[in-house]
Amino acid sequence: MQISFTLNGRPTTVDVEPATLVAELLREQLNLTGTHIGCDTSQCGACVVHLNGLPVKSCTLLAPGLDGASLLTIEGLQGAPGSNRMHPMQEAFREHHGLQCGFCTPGMLMTAVALATEKPDLTEADVRHALEGNICRCTGYQNIVVSVMAGAAAMNAAKGE
Amino acid sequence: MGNVIGIGAAPKRKEDQRFLTGRGNYVSDIKRPGMTAGVFVRSPHGHAVLRGIDKSAALASPGVIAVLTGDDVADDGLGSLPCGWGISDAKGVPMKEPPFPMLAQDKVRFVGDMVAFVVAETPEQANAGAELLKIDYEVLPSVVGVLEAVRPDAPQLFDDVPNNICCDWELGDKAAVESAFKKAAHVAKLSLVNNRLIGNPMEPRAAIAEYEPGTDRFTLWTTSQFPHVVRFLMGALVLNIPQHKLRVVAPDVGGGFGVKQFHYGEEAVITWAAKRVRRPVKWVASRSEGYVSDRHGRDHVTEAELALDETGKFLAFRVNTLANMGGYLSTFGPNIPTNLYGPLLGGVYTTPAIYCNVKVVFTNTVPVDAYRGAGRPEATFVLERIVDVAASEMGIDRVEIRRRNMIPKEAYPYQTPVLVQYDSGDPVGCLDGALVAADVKNFGVRKAASASKGKFRGLGYSTYVEACGLAPSRFAGRLGARGGLYESATVRVHPTGQVTVMIGTHNHGQGHETTFAQIVSDKLGVAFENVDIVFGDTDRVQFGMGTYGSRSLVVGGAALSKATDKVIVKGKKIAAHLLEASEADIQFEAGKFSVAGTDRIKTFEEIAGAAYVPHNYPLEVLEPGLEEQAYYDPVNFTYPGGCHIAEVEVDPETGTVTLVNYTAVDDVGTVINPMIVEGQLHGGIVQGVGQALFENAVYDEGSGQLLSGSLMDYCMPRADHLPMMKVATHSTLCTHTPMGVKGCGEVGTIGSPAAVINAVVDALSHLGVTHVDMPATPNRIWRLLQNASLPVAAE
Repeated sequence: MQISFTLNGRPTTVDVEPATLVAELLREQLNLTGTHIGCDTSQCGACVVHLNGLPVKSCTLLAPGLDGASLLTIEGLQGAPGSNRMHPMQEAFREHHGLQCGFCTPGMLMTAVALATEKPDLTEADVRHALEGNICRCTGYQNIVVSVMAGAAAMNAAKGE
Repeated sequence: MGNVIGIGAAPKRKEDQRFLTGRGNYVSDIKRPGMTAGVFVRSPHGHAVLRGIDKSAALASPGVIAVLTGDDVADDGLGSLPCGWGISDAKGVPMKEPPFPMLAQDKVRFVGDMVAFVVAETPEQANAGAELLKIDYEVLPSVVGVLEAVRPDAPQLFDDVPNNICCDWELGDKAAVESAFKKAAHVAKLSLVNNRLIGNPMEPRAAIAEYEPGTDRFTLWTTSQFPHVVRFLMGALVLNIPQHKLRVVAPDVGGGFGVKQFHYGEEAVITWAAKRVRRPVKWVASRSEGYVSDRHGRDHVTEAELALDETGKFLAFRVNTLANMGGYLSTFGPNIPTNLYGPLLGGVYTTPAIYCNVKVVFTNTVPVDAYRGAGRPEATFVLERIVDVAASEMGIDRVEIRRRNMIPKEAYPYQTPVLVQYDSGDPVGCLDGALVAADVKNFGVRKAASASKGKFRGLGYSTYVEACGLAPSRFAGRLGARGGLYESATVRVHPTGQVTVMIGTHNHGQGHETTFAQIVSDKLGVAFENVDIVFGDTDRVQFGMGTYGSRSLVVGGAALSKATDKVIVKGKKIAAHLLEASEADIQFEAGKFSVAGTDRIKTFEEIAGAAYVPHNYPLEVLEPGLEEQAYYDPVNFTYPGGCHIAEVEVDPETGTVTLVNYTAVDDVGTVINPMIVEGQLHGGIVQGVGQALFENAVYDEGSGQLLSGSLMDYCMPRADHLPMMKVATHSTLCTHTPMGVKGCGEVGTIGSPAAVINAVVDALSHLGVTHVDMPATPNRIWRLLQNASLPVAAE
C-alpha cells in the first residue's frame, strides 16, 4: 500500500507492506539507519523517533499509521534553521561524554529532546524517570543525565534568544 | 592549524559526530548488492538427540535458497569451533574438550544450540522456511545447575566426560594452607553463588558474508571485538580458508563487554553459506535470540574459608568452586574461572597461603565465557565478602581488618602465593581517599536519618585488585593459552605530516579514536585533528588480538607508543642529513627536530615531506617513506585496583534495595583522558551494580528452558535505579608499560558487586543477616526479612 507523510521536513511517499514496522521502513526501505533496533520487546528505546512531535518507539508502530503524519528521526535532528550546527542536545551529549558505543544514542537523543521540549525545568529525578524506557549498557547513565540537563538548559536559552 | 592535545587532557571524542547524527556504520546498517537473508533454527530443547531433519518442505517454500544442517557441515569436512585455551588438572591431565559443531550433529545441548541455517530472498521468507523444517528430537532430561550436574545420577552431556566435569583444576599450596588452618585462631566460612549474567550489549550480534568467485576471496562483516582472531580461528581451524583469502571487518560495534570477543558458530556458518549460495548473506540476531546464544558470564557456586590469627591477620585462604561452562567450550571458556580467578584470590592482602580448586562443569545451558571482568569479579566477590564475614565474627572493624592485612605501598613489587607479581599499587592510599570522598565519618548521621523514615541504611567496602592488560604471551602460554596476546600498531605519516594509525585493538565505545590520537599528538607534536585511528578491518590493519581484558591502552597503546618512537628515530636520521649534523645531536621536541644548542630546526612536516620526496636524502643508508610498525608483548599483567564504597537503603516493607551513594577511588596508572576514564568507571560500576541488585539469568532445571530470556524478564539497570556516583583516581604508575598505564575498562565491574552486597548485609546485620546472594532483589530481601523473625521496624 502507498502512504504519504512528512519525513524530516520533506514530503515522502512510499509503498509498504501493511505489516511493516516503522523502524524497518526507515532502515530497510529509506536507508535511514540511525534509528536502531536493540530489542524485540519495546524495552530498549534505541528506535525512538518523533511522531507528530511526540516520542514513540518505532519498533511498535506499523508503517501504514504514518499516513498523513509528520516523522522526525535522528537524521533530521539539527540546530537552528540556517545553521549547520548540531542540535543543542547533540552538542550537550558530546560536551558531557553522554555516549560511548553510540548504539542507544539516537534513541536517547530523541527521548531527551522530547522531554526537554515538554518540560523546560528538568530535575535530575525527572530525567532519570523519563529515561526509564531507554537502556544504555555503556555509560551507567550518569553522563547521559548530565547531558540531558545541559541540553535542556541550552534549548531553553536558545528559545529565550 | 590545530592543537596538540596531549596525555592527561580531555578533548571531546573524535568518534562522537557520527554517532550523534545517526551516521554510525554498524553491521546491521550494511547492505550488499544481491544480498540474501539468513535465519538460524535453534534447538527449543535443553538436551535432545537429533534424530533427523526433513528439509523438503522448507526448501520448497517461496524464496528459500538453501537449508544447511550439521550433515552438510560434515559432508564439507569442516572443523568444529575451537577453544583458545587448554587447561589441565593438577596431574597435568588435559581438560575434556568435546567438539563444538557449528551446526548440531547427533545431539543438541542447550536451548539455542544451532540446528539449521535457512537462506532466502528476504528475512520473512527465511523465517517462513524455517517454520517448515521438520526436526525429529528425542528429548532428554536437562541439567542446568553445577551442583546438580556433578551428581552421579545427573544427565550426561557427553559420553566421554564422566560427571560432566571438564577439568578439576587447582592452584596453590594445598599442604601449606592446611597447616595454616590448623594454627588459626579463627576460621570464617562462606558459601555463595555468583549469579549467571547475560552481557546484553545494546547492539545485537549480526554478520554479513560475501564470496567473490573472481578472486576466491571471502569478506565477513561481524560484530566482533577481535576481527583478526576471528579470521585466524575461523579461516585456519573451521572453514579451511587461507588467511589471505579472508577479510574480516568489524566496523562500528555497539558495545561488547566480552560478549563479542568469541568466535561464534554463526560467523562460520554464514561465511560458508555465502560461498554455497554465491550471494551475500545477512543475519541479524533479535534480542531474544541473543539471550539464548550470546555467551553468558559468571555462574559459580563457591565454598570459601579464611584462616586468621587472633589479631585478624589472614593466615590462609581456601576456595572450592564449581564453575558452569554451559553446553560446550567457548573461545576463552575454561580460562575464565581458572586462570583469571585463582590468581586474584590474594587481593590486596598479604595472605601467605592460598589454595583454590575449581571444577569446570558442563551443563545444558548457553556456553559461559568472559563477561566484563571475567573471573576477577568472581574472585573479588568471594574475598571481599569473606573479609567482612571474618571481621563481623571477630568483632573487628571492617576497615581496620583490611588495613591490618593490606600490602603496604613500599612492599611492591609484591609476589603473591598464586602466580602473579603485582608491580605497583597503593591500596591504603585508595582506601584513605575513598573514606574521605564517601564521607564515611558522617555515615551514622545518614543512617539515623534513614531509620527515622523506617529504612535500614548500610555501608559496604570493596578494596580490590585485578590483573589486566591481557597478556604476557609466554606466561599465558604456560597457563594454557593457544595463541599470543601481544598487540600491533602501524604509524603512517603522510607526506603532508598528517598521521593514520592502524591498530589491532577494536573500538566499541571505549574512545580509542580519541585516546590513541592523544598519544600520537603528544609524542609527535602533530595536531590532534590530524591523527586518525583505523581499526577493525583485517585488510587495513596488519594484525591484532583485539579488545578485551582491559588491554587496548595497556598493550595496544604500548605498541602505538613504540611505533611512534620508531618514527622519531627515523625522523632524526632524516633531520641529521638535512641539517648536516650528527644524528646524536638531533633533538625532537614539540614537533620540531633541532640541532642541540643551535636554532637550526626542521619541522615534523618538513621531515615527512623529505621522506616522501627524497631528493636531498640519504638514500644509500635510509629507505624513503615514514611509516613504522611495532608489536608489543607485555612482560607482566597490569594491576589496577582501588576502593569502592557503596551506601544502600533497604525498605523493610517491600525489600527494595536502593543504591543511594557510590564512591570509587581507583588506581588505573597514568590517565590519558580523564573524561573517558570516568566514563569507563561509571559504566563498569553500573554493570557490577546490575549483578548485585538486578541481573540474573535463570534456567529451569529439567527442561533447560531459559526463564529470563528477554529484557522483560532479565532486569537491566536503568537510569532511575542509580544515584550520581563519585569516581576519582589515586594512581601509582605501572612499572613495565611504556606510559605507566594500567587499564580501566573492567575495574568498575570488578570492584562494585562486593561493595554493594557488603552494604546490603551491613544494612541488615542487626537482624542477624550474614550473607545475601546476588541479585539482592526485593523478593529475596523481603523473604530474608520475613525469615529473620525479628522486629522489622527500624529504630
